[in-house]
Amino acid sequence: MSKEVLDKLLAKFPQAVVSSHNRLGDETAVIKRESLLEVMRWLRDECAFEMLMDLTAVDYLGEEPRFEMVYHLKSLSKNYRLRIKARVPEGDPVIDSLIPLWKGANWFERECHEMYGIRFQGHPDLRPLLLYPEFKGHPLRKDYPLDRRQPRLPLLAPETRRFPRSGDETGHEGEKLPDDSHEHGEF
Amino acid sequence: MGLESKLGSGFLATKLEFFVNWARKFSLFQYPFITACCGMEFMSTMCAHYDMARFGAEFPRFTPRQADFLIVVGTISHKLAPVLRRVYDQMCEPKWVIAFGGCASCGGPYDNYATLQGIDRIIPVDIYIPGCPPRPEMVLDGLMRLMDKIQKTKLGDESTQLRYEEMLSKAIREWKGPKVEAANLRADW
Amino acid sequence: MPDTAKDLHTEVMDLVLGPSHPATHGTIRMTVKLDGETIVDIDVEPGYLHRGFEKECEDHKWNQCVIYTDRLNYVSPIINNVGFAMAVEKLCGIGDQIPLRGQYLRVILSEMSRITDHLTCLAAVTMELGAFTAFLYFVKAREWFYELIEGVCGARLTTSWTRVGGVRGDLHDGFADKAKVALSKTREVLQECDRLFTKNRIFMDRTIDIGVISREDAISYGMTGPWLRSTGVAYDVRKSHPYLVYGELNFEIPVGTNGDNYDRYLVRMAEMEQSCRIIEQALAKLPGGPVSIPDHRYTYPDKQLVYTNIEALINQFKLVYEEIRPPKGEAYAYVEGGNGELGFYVVSSGGNKPWKCRVHPPCFPIMAALGPVLKGYMLADIIPTFGSVNMIGGEMDR
Repeated sequence: MSKEVLDKLLAKFPQAVVSSHNRLGDETAVIKRESLLEVMRWLRDECAFEMLMDLTAVDYLGEEPRFEMVYHLKSLSKNYRLRIKARVPEGDPVIDSLIPLWKGANWFERECHEMYGIRFQGHPDLRPLLLYPEFKGHPLRKDYPLDRRQPRLPLLAPETRRFPRSGDETGHEGEKLPDDSHEHGEF
Repeated sequence: MGLESKLGSGFLATKLEFFVNWARKFSLFQYPFITACCGMEFMSTMCAHYDMARFGAEFPRFTPRQADFLIVVGTISHKLAPVLRRVYDQMCEPKWVIAFGGCASCGGPYDNYATLQGIDRIIPVDIYIPGCPPRPEMVLDGLMRLMDKIQKTKLGDESTQLRYEEMLSKAIREWKGPKVEAANLRADW
Repeated sequence: MPDTAKDLHTEVMDLVLGPSHPATHGTIRMTVKLDGETIVDIDVEPGYLHRGFEKECEDHKWNQCVIYTDRLNYVSPIINNVGFAMAVEKLCGIGDQIPLRGQYLRVILSEMSRITDHLTCLAAVTMELGAFTAFLYFVKAREWFYELIEGVCGARLTTSWTRVGGVRGDLHDGFADKAKVALSKTREVLQECDRLFTKNRIFMDRTIDIGVISREDAISYGMTGPWLRSTGVAYDVRKSHPYLVYGELNFEIPVGTNGDNYDRYLVRMAEMEQSCRIIEQALAKLPGGPVSIPDHRYTYPDKQLVYTNIEALINQFKLVYEEIRPPKGEAYAYVEGGNGELGFYVVSSGGNKPWKCRVHPPCFPIMAALGPVLKGYMLADIIPTFGSVNMIGGEMDR
């Protein structure tokens, strides 16, 4: 059933669709990012894809265009699914927002923006969702190092972390703790 | 704590200390700062099967002004760290802190950009309860150790607070990160 | 008497609820703009439990990621484990080769997890409305399931039970009998709490017509689970896209009409009863056999062979150190979680670590809708509505 939708999509938008496949039973179409809104509107209105299930991005570091937006659509009435992908280059990471079509896209796009740095045109309020305002950088990009830390408060130094109190009889008062100064990372 | 530090030592002071500590340890009011999965085991410990009420510690006070001890349950992220610092600073002396679970003790399985590697990076901790999540029996053991610690505390003992102030000032002096709001550094109100 | 109220200067008040708040199970901050007691606007700010799930998964081997999945929706950890395992199995192309016993076990424990999820949710909701007794009753029932799950998985909460290709371990002796006892006792607890709440004047006043969401809005926000079902849409992944052995079991999908908190409470109570039915049927139909796919690329060989046979030893060594390597590609697998459709989108670059492991959290779109849903209600209505979302911070913030 989903195969028919994919065929209809290919027939309706031959220039917009870059490639398509249905490996592992998931019908997928890769489209050009300029035609995203048009294709999605057609899918929602004509093919009964009432729900935008998921919206995310994948960072293919080394490939150009670098980012790939992935949208999972679901039709409740016809019970089929479709995955739409669109590549976004690193130099110009902009793509249309899907808020005019599905209200749920709001928070998904905010999260995608703060994690990958992709801007969504037409989004009314693209502020960070899960991270704090002092955070710099986009953590889910592949070139964001795993051990970079950006603490929000001055952290108490690790070597002198033991706090004595008269009721504490562990006997480890003078012990030097292992040096985990890699945790300081960059600020 | 001012009055207690004037008591000095001697037989009467020791007896008073014994009774005051006894009263304190059996009527603990906790502030459960619950964030994550450990909260479920905390709920189990509070409820009928494992019952924290028999230790006198079942009644949570959801305001730091009225709480005796802060029990930090679950992972603390960097986003939440200023909130925890503020809650700790708003509590009155004497206060104790329990780090419940692996994430509160040392960051747990999460060692990345988002997670604070243990709450003792921002506040002094008295008891660490390891586990992911700790079984309710371990929680009760930790609580009993806290009660032993309270019993042995000298009245007027301010060593933790003084050490905390010293370390905090040092950390603020050496801080190279972005500017932090004064209210997040120290809640003096 | 002259009306002096219209000359009074009034302002909208900002009230911050959270992130450390007794009624916010987990941490979330809601900045509520109030006009008296009426809510003018709510700004929901999540992220206080963001622990970097995706970044951690990109640095851990495939089977090692399962420990992070437990901590997503930590009240129903088995369901997350199953979802992740299904996604990776789909990627490897072995999804339909899981032995039947393994599939039945996954179903039995998933349903037990679902019961613990709903018990916790209703415990919290009713406690916040003042009924502390029901909290104790529900948590008491939950303990029985924790003991059962602990007997199989080794841990009450963070089970890490599934592996790619099957599950970690089989049931122990006497599990079926203990499960039957637990189910019958849980049914009694559910009936007791049903008598306490379903026709209770206070509960009804606090939850009927509160937090109403329309069907169109629920679909537009991408909601699934009890919120969507309370509006009348009978969408459940177990019926629409049957996975594992759900297609062979008889159960119903409870559906509400009004889309309010009361309907969601009724939907959850009914779902627990249906889960009990599923567990009983699955225990009756449980076949024998292995629990994991007998494929040397995914499953450890039998321990006796490892100690005596060199090929088995090398196989075990390679699986432990290098782990499985799914072929390059992507897969999206979805299961019915406690809150709705829990989807895992995994991308493999052919290596032994995921290139990307994305979770579609069911309570994320529901929390996105909470602000608009609660406009116009009173401050006290936030509490039951938020409770009925069953926001699990680990799942929402990841």
